[in-house]
Amino acid sequence: MSAVEILRFALHGLLANKLRSALTMLGIMIGVAAVILLVAVGQGTSDAITSNIARLGSNTLTVTPSFTGGMRGPGGFGGAGRAGATGPRTQAKRLSLADARALADASAAPSVKTVSPVVTAASLTATYEGASHTIGRLVGTYPSYFEASNRPVAKGSYFVNDDVLASRKLAVIGTTVAEALFGDVDPVGRRITISGVPFTVVGVLKETGTQGVQDADDIVIAPLPAVQQSLTGFGPLDQIVVQAKSADVVDDAEAEITAILNERHGITGTASPDYRIQNQAALQETVSTATGMFTVLLAAIAGISLVVGGIGITNIMLVTVTERTREIGIRKAIGATRGAILGQFLAEATMLSLAGGLLGVAIGVLGSRFTIAGIQPVIVPGSIVAALGVSVAIGLFFGVFPANRAAKLRPIEALRHD
Amino acid sequence: MSGTAPEAPAAPVLDVRGVTKVYGRGPTEVHALRGVSLTVERGDYVAIMGASGSGKSTLMNILGCLDVPTSGRYLIDGIDVGTLDERRLALLRNRKIGFVFQSFNLIPRMSALANVELPLVYGGIKPAERRRRALAALEQVGLADRVNHEPNELSGGQQQRVAVARALVTSPALLLADEPTGNLDTKATADVLAILDRLSAAGRTIVLITHEDDVAAHAKRVIRLIDGEIVEDRRQVPVDAPPPRYGTAPAASGIAGIGEGPVGR
Repeated sequence: MSAVEILRFALHGLLANKLRSALTMLGIMIGVAAVILLVAVGQGTSDAITSNIARLGSNTLTVTPSFTGGMRGPGGFGGAGRAGATGPRTQAKRLSLADARALADASAAPSVKTVSPVVTAASLTATYEGASHTIGRLVGTYPSYFEASNRPVAKGSYFVNDDVLASRKLAVIGTTVAEALFGDVDPVGRRITISGVPFTVVGVLKETGTQGVQDADDIVIAPLPAVQQSLTGFGPLDQIVVQAKSADVVDDAEAEITAILNERHGITGTASPDYRIQNQAALQETVSTATGMFTVLLAAIAGISLVVGGIGITNIMLVTVTERTREIGIRKAIGATRGAILGQFLAEATMLSLAGGLLGVAIGVLGSRFTIAGIQPVIVPGSIVAALGVSVAIGLFFGVFPANRAAKLRPIEALRHD
Repeated sequence: MSGTAPEAPAAPVLDVRGVTKVYGRGPTEVHALRGVSLTVERGDYVAIMGASGSGKSTLMNILGCLDVPTSGRYLIDGIDVGTLDERRLALLRNRKIGFVFQSFNLIPRMSALANVELPLVYGGIKPAERRRRALAALEQVGLADRVNHEPNELSGGQQQRVAVARALVTSPALLLADEPTGNLDTKATADVLAILDRLSAAGRTIVLITHEDDVAAHAKRVIRLIDGEIVEDRRQVPVDAPPPRYGTAPAASGIAGIGEGPVGR
């Protein structure tokens, strides 16, 4: 008896009970579709987060002051874990322009490409011809900041080193600020007033999209001395943004920065440093590990529904075997071998799961074209192969038991069955 | 008619030696068969008679290799059934035995043609050959115009004729019929018995189980079972003669005449 005949019998058996076959397939279909969709959603989430982080620049290190105990300044949370043990540090030094210059020393820090000292001010009011807007973040820095923090200009130009040296009051503004103050008017070349100090707009930053709760486009970037002179005063730096020469030497750069700052701040041995270095690449790694786990969790949940679908197949096959016991008896009486009966019922179970699986793949692929809960799912080809493979394996595995039961029936007992 | 008599076979089609069958054990033990010995030659038409509980169905199941005897030997065409494994037994049922059941036992939702083709499918015959032989078998039982009907679209007599066609299609050494007319009305009974008569006249070996004398009257030899033992073995006509009712006038019982219709084509 050929395989074609076995498949023909199996198909005939399934078609004899269309509703039941369809419902059983539904179980597997939902399972497979769920695996593909949830993995795609997980992957989409992961991709979205990773690209957000990548936008910050992956070979960038951010140095912020750290005050154990969180007494002052924005970097306080960094050492919060050791707060109870060491108490507030009194002799902590803040980051200075001299620190930044030291980091730019090519012999002491060969892996460093650029160093951008940063001062920031929040909640300053900018006005232009009657329109006013509270700026989310005012940044005073050097031109290298634009590249280091991955903030290209979409319109106009950057300010240059000469502008910094001359303390020119120039500003590059984010799209949120541009829209609030200028609307449709081209802002380049116009003068805005920030806390009463006039600045000339030279460029508009490219829109980044909102990251988290903070609007990254609600920003004004100006030359460091101009900001210090007129707005923040010549105090310590809030950040030093260091760009490594390449993504490969980020760790080297971090070590060099640590050595230089430890020396300058007199930190030796076990003393905890008064600064903190944030490594974007490390952050990215951590986040992608977390989202990877998230994806695995989703896949596991979906996998459970696949197994439930498989149990559905067993259930239906058992019912089918019981219901068709007499038919099995007849087939055996006219010469069907055990293998032929086993093959027929196994083929039925496998066809159910394969058809359900293929439908599930179709639904999963279709469904992932839509945005789900604000996430654009990204299909992982492996999940399709795995889900389909598992569904067929489930059909075989859960089909073996009922099929074997059918095949082992003695013809006389099967024939007596009603 | 004598021209249809088969050539002398090397071994009898059936050779049953001291077969017993015991159901249950201990105090509830039931002896369905108490040592039955029987040989059936090629071309014979044997009716096994007995009241219910006489063990005739048990004997039938053993003859059809659907059940195994508790003790004793059983040979079909010289092959000892007791030594065969599951797969060879299935092959034997497929090649050597054609079964006709009291309750027809056609597979529902399959056309008459598909039902008749089924044994050939299990026998590994190619589709075109299968179709040709199945159509020929259906033609033989007078159902050439019903090949695409499913069992629930056929009358009882037609279903039983499909079942006979299915039993015939593999050209088995032995046709076993278990009360084939038990569920049929007079006309359908006549149709089926006429077909069996014709098959017997054509040289087919038939063993039939019945409790009706009218049915047994068609056989060349009648065996009577009581309480699992053979109490009577009466030959009505010689093995190589046509069956006694074959071609008789309808006046006798009305059976053969009506039966001639579908068969005579």
